[in-house]
Amino acid sequence: MKTEYKIIVDLIEEKTRVLDVGCDDGTLMESLKKDKNVDARGIEISKDKVQTCVSKGLTVIEGNAELDLKQFPNDSFDYVVLGQTLQAFINPEIVIKELLRVGKKAIITIPNFGHWKVRLNLLIKGTMPITESLPNDWYNTPNIHMCTIKDFVKFSKIINFKIFKSLALTNKNISNINNSNLFYKNLFAELGIFLIEK
Amino acid sequence: MNIKENIKTLVIKKPLKLDCGKTINNFPLAYETYGSLNKNKDNAILVFHALTGDQFVTGINPVTKKDGWWSYAVGPNKSIDTNKYFVVCANVIGGCMGSFGPSHKNPDTNKIYGTDFPVITINDMVNAQVNLLDHFEIKKLFSVVGGSMGGMQVLQFISNYPDKASTVVPIACTSSHSAQNIAFNELGRQAIASDHNWSDGKYLSNNTLPDKGLSVARMAAHITYLSKKGLQEKFGRKLQERDALKFGFDADFQIESYLRYQGSVFVDRFDANSYLYITRAMDYFDLVKQFDGNLSNAFKKTKAKFFIISFTSDWLYPTQENKDIVIALNAIGADVGFVEIKSDKGHDSFLLDVPDFLKTLKNFLDKSYSER
Repeated sequence: MKTEYKIIVDLIEEKTRVLDVGCDDGTLMESLKKDKNVDARGIEISKDKVQTCVSKGLTVIEGNAELDLKQFPNDSFDYVVLGQTLQAFINPEIVIKELLRVGKKAIITIPNFGHWKVRLNLLIKGTMPITESLPNDWYNTPNIHMCTIKDFVKFSKIINFKIFKSLALTNKNISNINNSNLFYKNLFAELGIFLIEK
Repeated sequence: MNIKENIKTLVIKKPLKLDCGKTINNFPLAYETYGSLNKNKDNAILVFHALTGDQFVTGINPVTKKDGWWSYAVGPNKSIDTNKYFVVCANVIGGCMGSFGPSHKNPDTNKIYGTDFPVITINDMVNAQVNLLDHFEIKKLFSVVGGSMGGMQVLQFISNYPDKASTVVPIACTSSHSAQNIAFNELGRQAIASDHNWSDGKYLSNNTLPDKGLSVARMAAHITYLSKKGLQEKFGRKLQERDALKFGFDADFQIESYLRYQGSVFVDRFDANSYLYITRAMDYFDLVKQFDGNLSNAFKKTKAKFFIISFTSDWLYPTQENKDIVIALNAIGADVGFVEIKSDKGHDSFLLDVPDFLKTLKNFLDKSYSER
């Protein structure tokens, strides 16, 4: 399993209700059910992946996070997980607000656009960066709102949500992000993982 | 041929108060079963049929001698695996395959009911069928499954009997019949009523049949079960056994010939008055209104696991109407999964060989069964 998923599983308490937004093939939901005895639900936009989830016995609805989060009442989940898709939404602000309305807490992971390879790519080549975690060309990427770990931290102040825990994933190593190391983490982490609250 | 020999019938002695106010008792409910009930009696699936279906879900229908209406989905190793599950299906009341319906004799007058038969509803249908659980001594069904009107019965069933099923699978249906749905049904009813032979529903006493009207009703309805793309791909403008247009009103086009054929075979197996009664029941179906405008309340008492399936090309019961049910369930935190299956086969997709659908249905049922 991806290190990212392991970190998310660790962040989630046992026997809670979790909504995985963009649950993909259900890998994370499966381990949440198995390891944390979680009541897991998923939303997934791809029909094939919904069908894969169904074959694993997972409760998933086919849908789009921007449209389909509306149907869930306030605080209907303990955690809502959004893995590496915030940057693909038309309005990330609305999505974050919806995540925090539906869930008491949210876990958001973002591919870090501040990573040195990304910066170097643009600086040296002068073309839009293509890296392992950002494999698409500028014209076919689903990512329309890329941000850096620093941007996300800034964003929490702008739209007013609390970052409860922030973790950096660098070469499969996990470390905490804080004010004093933000500059370095923003340069070296491939992924930022944030546990947030209203 | 003695049709009745092949029809299993349960006589319901318990009085059933219908939504129209009348009470019926000692009435027949025709049913069929497939597979066998296990020791714990926890492997039963109640399948509900659609408008023109009957209890003969799979295998050869002993009356029509044709494949059962859900042969693609139900049978050994199929989506609803009869090696594993005990499948029960009843002919709806109001129907014409042995259950209490308008072609039966009224014991009080000794005349065939015709339009004197009480108007029945989807609610009445499921309230009649729940008696099958007592008959087989089943406390809780593993699943209730049905498409189209069968899906409406699924929704009504779990709403009426929230602890009588563990899983609930409404397919290509709605919680409330739309104006468009009612309009198409009315077209069918008017086609029947305008057939001279219908005689206000007394045709059986007159030894005639309104088969022209019933056939037109079926033709019109059949179009609504298919998609534009499906029709275009299958028929296009292809001509029927001719090289050029004949400049007349014969069936020049294959689609015309196909519809005429569909209409003609339908009248051999279906009763016109049953068509009126069952379409009426569908039109009256409004689970939202039954719960004062809040569909979620219909499902508040159940802990069942729902799985809702719609089809991309179904414009009769479109995805959005299926999704409204998903939304109502999510609003109360119910356990609900949903998928829209890609298919060009229109509303009929659930009856046809649509591998993604058949696979998904099987996966849901088998996974839920193994985790029960």
